[in-house]
Amino acid sequence: MTDEALWAVGRGTGITALAFLTISVALGIATRSGRPLQALPRFAVADVHRFAALAATLLVALHITLLFLDPYAQLRLVDFVVPFLGAYRPLWQGLGTLAVDLLVVIIISSLLRQRLGLRAFRVVHWLTYALWPVALAHALGNGTDAYRGWFLAFAGCCALTVAAALVWRLRPNFAEYADARLSGRA
Amino acid sequence: MKSTKKPTQRLHVDWTRCDGRGLCVELLPDVLRRDPWGYPLARDGSREPAVPVQALRNARAAVGRCPRLALSLLATTPETRGRHSAP
Amino acid sequence: MTTNHVAPPHMPRLLAAQGPALAAHRLRFGDCPKVNAPELISLLDAAGLSGRGGAGFPTGRKIAAVSGRDPVVVGNGAEGEPLSRKDAVLLTTAPHLVLDGLELAAGAVDADKVYLYVPTHLVPDVTRALDERRASGLDRFKVTVVEAPNTFVAGEESALIRRIEGGPALPRDRTVVTAISGVRGRPTLVNNVETLAHIALIARFGPHWFRSVGGGNNPGSMLVTLSDATAKQNVVEVPAGTPVADLIPRPEVVRAALLGGYHGTWVRASALDGTGVSGVGIVHTLRIDECGLARTAEIADYLAAQSARQCGPCTTGLPRLAELLGKLAYERAQNTDVREIRRLVGLVEGRGACRHPDGTARMIRSALETFSADIERHRHRSCEAAEVSAV
Repeated sequence: MTDEALWAVGRGTGITALAFLTISVALGIATRSGRPLQALPRFAVADVHRFAALAATLLVALHITLLFLDPYAQLRLVDFVVPFLGAYRPLWQGLGTLAVDLLVVIIISSLLRQRLGLRAFRVVHWLTYALWPVALAHALGNGTDAYRGWFLAFAGCCALTVAAALVWRLRPNFAEYADARLSGRA
Repeated sequence: MKSTKKPTQRLHVDWTRCDGRGLCVELLPDVLRRDPWGYPLARDGSREPAVPVQALRNARAAVGRCPRLALSLLATTPETRGRHSAP
Repeated sequence: MTTNHVAPPHMPRLLAAQGPALAAHRLRFGDCPKVNAPELISLLDAAGLSGRGGAGFPTGRKIAAVSGRDPVVVGNGAEGEPLSRKDAVLLTTAPHLVLDGLELAAGAVDADKVYLYVPTHLVPDVTRALDERRASGLDRFKVTVVEAPNTFVAGEESALIRRIEGGPALPRDRTVVTAISGVRGRPTLVNNVETLAHIALIARFGPHWFRSVGGGNNPGSMLVTLSDATAKQNVVEVPAGTPVADLIPRPEVVRAALLGGYHGTWVRASALDGTGVSGVGIVHTLRIDECGLARTAEIADYLAAQSARQCGPCTTGLPRLAELLGKLAYERAQNTDVREIRRLVGLVEGRGACRHPDGTARMIRSALETFSADIERHRHRSCEAAEVSAV
């Protein structure tokens, strides 16, 4: 029974982490626009973006810890760092490891961004555009619930959210002051 | 009792980084407003507006949150800043 | 200080050089004396020499302000201002005066590295002069020549520093003065090449000689570039503070003059008698049959194009200013347009990493004032210049 509970919570934390990652990516894109979001002023958009990322990190830490403790998952310590060496579904699990690697680099560089400087921080932060799809692919390929309706609906929502944010990102009036700066009118 | 004059904290904008995202103006509405293009404009008209003591906490928040790391707080007394007008 | 056996020149001084060769230089000016740091600073303070690069900061104080380990000294001959040719003239006719001054300044701060920053076409001249000095054993410091690109902002202090560090010649944000942190974080002294040449002469002939021409708080001589709408530019050496009107060959055909270059001030012809030439020696005249608004729009176009485009207010504001000034000059402008120009000028000032927007704002403000009557004319489809038949 405990094993099943471990397995369930282990998967659950992963799924919730994906949800928070999705929110973080969407809000990260929103921060770039310089716009407030509904009730959220601009500084709050940045704050929630950070909070969601840190929440996702915590959940991922729980996710891999619980799965490490679960004998069913057959995870060794090396599997948390080096991808594609796993015994159970090596490809999809490897994507999970890759996602963790990316997440660690991104989070550390973000926490230390004042010291890193703007350029280095930005270059590493672009990796978030790789992190999210890798995490989603890992969830779909590795997840035991991948064929359940509710999970597909959830994954669909995540994908839709990020897709919508990307479409918004590419629009010419994405940035709040894009038009004003083009005309230069005062 | 001698009162030690604490140096004024001034908000410095690195204009080569600023993208006028507006977080600082939200957090420091008494010190800054926005120009027609979204960039922060000092209400006192100076290059580096002085930050009143009660706004310091928000100023530090603005420095930490600026997405472009364009802000910094500089402690200045009139003597420590030998700024000469460069061409 | 060793006394020279050579007679100090009265006028011209910098331009008294008989040629760029070392032998001619030594013949005319004698050898460069050895002056230690406190001596040099007190000489320059007594002389009242101020920088000839635009900022006009007292040179003695500037040298004294450099403190810290491994200082760097730079001679700035970039001269990105199209209306100025004096640094080029100096470097081609009297490079050894500049190099003497550079050596004296380097000695005064005990420089670790010395640079000479010049545009590409002047590299052969300065290299030749440096080679001559090396051959004669006169070089106390190794001078590295760094090429400045042919852009307006290349001579700006932080752009110069960035270029010397190996980066692009674009301004940089600064929170500490250059005297404390400049090239690679070291204390740095940057002097215009004309300032260095004056230092070389003051070290030889003393502060009293320097002050024997020029005004009380603006002593000595200065180089002035004279230009008009034609491509011809003439460089003269005059006592500082000379009335600008005295420098203009035919003042009766002049409507106004732009003093100080593209970042300078438009002054009406009637006021030129009472204006002494100071700051940056640049006098650009506008004839009575030329339109001041058109010239201003042209300059604004150039300044907008020369923006480093690193800072929002400058990148956004300057092109819009140029657009509106063009409207003022060539179309029917509204009151709202003039008001917008004034708003823009206030918005770009002080909001950039360098003073490019500030200088542009200054020039445009002075144009609005000096040509205010013409603005009205233009709105009624006429022009002050067109009303005058060409002389």
